[in-house]
Amino acid sequence: MKLNRRTFIGASAAAASALAAPTVWGAAHGRPKVVVIGGGAGGATAARYIAKDSDGGIDVTLVEPTRKYYTCFFSNLYLGGFRDFESLGHTYGKLASDYGINVVHDWAVGVDRDARKVTLASGAVLDYDRLVISPGIDFVEGSVPGWDINAQNEMPHAYKAGSQTQLLKAQVENMREGGLFAMVAPPNPYRCPPGPYERVSMVAHVLKAKNPTAKILILDPKEKFSKQALFEEGWQKHYPGMIERIGPDFGGDKVEVRPDSMEVVIDGEVQKVDVCNVIPAQKAGRICELAGITDGRWAPVVPHTMQSRMDENIHVLGDASAQGDMPKSGFSANSQAKVCATAVRGALTGSKVFPAKFSNTCWSLVATDDGIKVGATYEATDEKIASTGGFVSQTGEDPELRKRTYEESLGWYAGITADMFG
Amino acid sequence: MRGSAILFSLLVAAAGAFPAAAAELIGDAERGRELFRQCSGCHEVGPGARNRIGPHLNGIFGRRAASVDGFFYSKALRRAGADGLVWHLDTLDAYIANPKVLVSGTRMSYRGMKNAEDRADLLAYLRQFSDNPRDIPEADPTAVRREVELAPDVLAIKGDPEYGEYLASECKTCHQASGRDDGIPSITMWPEEDFVIAMHAYKQKLRPHPVMQMIAERLSNEEIAALAAYFATLKEE
Ligand SMILES: Cc1cc2nc3c(=O)[nH]c(=O)nc-3n(C[C@H](O)[C@H](O)[C@H](O)COP(=O)(O)OP(=O)(O)OC[C@H]3O[C@@H](n4cnc5c(N)ncnc54)[C@H](O)[C@@H]3O)c2cc1C
Repeated sequence: MKLNRRTFIGASAAAASALAAPTVWGAAHGRPKVVVIGGGAGGATAARYIAKDSDGGIDVTLVEPTRKYYTCFFSNLYLGGFRDFESLGHTYGKLASDYGINVVHDWAVGVDRDARKVTLASGAVLDYDRLVISPGIDFVEGSVPGWDINAQNEMPHAYKAGSQTQLLKAQVENMREGGLFAMVAPPNPYRCPPGPYERVSMVAHVLKAKNPTAKILILDPKEKFSKQALFEEGWQKHYPGMIERIGPDFGGDKVEVRPDSMEVVIDGEVQKVDVCNVIPAQKAGRICELAGITDGRWAPVVPHTMQSRMDENIHVLGDASAQGDMPKSGFSANSQAKVCATAVRGALTGSKVFPAKFSNTCWSLVATDDGIKVGATYEATDEKIASTGGFVSQTGEDPELRKRTYEESLGWYAGITADMFG
Repeated sequence: MRGSAILFSLLVAAAGAFPAAAAELIGDAERGRELFRQCSGCHEVGPGARNRIGPHLNGIFGRRAASVDGFFYSKALRRAGADGLVWHLDTLDAYIANPKVLVSGTRMSYRGMKNAEDRADLLAYLRQFSDNPRDIPEADPTAVRREVELAPDVLAIKGDPEYGEYLASECKTCHQASGRDDGIPSITMWPEEDFVIAMHAYKQKLRPHPVMQMIAERLSNEEIAALAAYFATLKEE
């Protein structure tokens, strides 16, 4: 078996080098090596597809600090009481046992691009022929005056899922009667455009049952947001009078927070709050900066292959990438990972590379059985990933259709997590 | 099969084409900024743009015709808006090429921009002042999809299962390869012909599901055949 595999690799490597790919993996070097940083929507999918489709021909190492990945997607449903926390958690066991991926639970802390080496926090060093980076987001320091990561217990972001999400849920459920829940919404671009507004819906759902005189205040630097008409219609219908949104016209873009005294200051006016969810401005996960592949806050990529524009041996996926029109979503990251996987295999083993295709659909839950969605298809142009068309749920839709849409989202969740983790 | 005969005639009737110029990325926005000088006597665009002789052009992509608040439109343009004229890449392109061809009674007294490349560049410039699909996914698309040629022997195409396997990675985000159905139906081990017919039915918008219509719309006949060939042989786990 091993011998066969060698022969096969040798043959296809020769074929690939005919296409002018640098021959970095000769016989002495052994199997070509791929290192994937980040085991989330982009990274886990890429690792799995590269390992699965190369059938052992590529040595894949996945670097991810957590042993259990909690999905941000559906974490709002957990806040609303529609999912239990454990249903969001996924482990890497199958990626190791069924696909032969080396899963290393550690942080990547440095990338030496010339030597093609990744350094881990433990001090270990990994060689690569191709590096895939999908680290998700980090927050932009100082983007919400008064807030920094040390304030995340008083004012949680819950925008990376895990204990933050649990903390926010506990705060909502224990809020004093008639209290005020405030959300500081992020400026564009950020992960999951409808995410903050789905979250508001889910918090309203909880408060309506437990604390019906409570209020929700959204402080928003953006004029418009995704699925706005649909959310606003749903809020009117299910939670009348509970939710108020202050946009940039009224100071939603001039917000400061005071975690010690639980206050927000809106264009100079002080408002006492009981729970405050601060979602700061975002940027590519820090390792992108350390690797020197960012331009501004994000890491630009070549649309056809998701290769970094700064380094052809690196691919950047998901939220961290600046690719064009795709929203930063789990669906997008998963879609980009497949394009990346076929490009990486093509470059390292000479397998056939098919043209890039991308798509995205984001489902959101507004209330029990009231699901909505927005989606689009995309193609790679030289300049960017460009949207080619899409659809969005309509206001005034039939409740049966909304229920079907919600059920569909459950199917999607089961599908994408199986696609990521095997 | 009865369904296939009906569908078949629809497929042939539906063949059509978009202007090739619009199929790639829109155009050179820098050049478009220069070209906009021809328009700026009447229109403003960008931060703080107001209605002048013509309406401001912020957010024009995806907007229904004649729908800027506070601007008094011609009856003809209002009527076109009420009939469902929405400003997308293709409609804007036609309007700029010759306004009176698209809306006979429009007050926009502009001869038209004859050069397709100029129009593409101008539209690339204007596009920057409309919502970005990255931030608001439902925002108007920036590219126009290439249309497929439909040959009369669509059903007879032999699909390439290897290509099908690659394409299927898109399906598997929702349709589980194992054949499990948690709210989205299984398509594993579907008979090839049923698969092909169903996908063309989505493509022609006969089957009413927006996600599937969207996915099917840009699959070529060969790609549908390839997918069908792949899923027919996939084993349930
Ligand atoms: C509330 C909320 C709701 C959402 N709902 C949806 C939804 O319904 N549908 C949808 O499609 N998307 C949704 N999203 C968006 C989705 O979660 C993200 O877009 C997606 O997870 C991005 O994938 P990624 O691979 O870029 O990053 P992630 O999935 O965040 O994965 C990044 C991984 O990299 C690891 N990592 C980071 N730095 C390093 C390092 N230096 N070394 C090693 N590992 C590292 C992290 O631990 C993490 O596991 C939602 C997001 C939020 C916050």
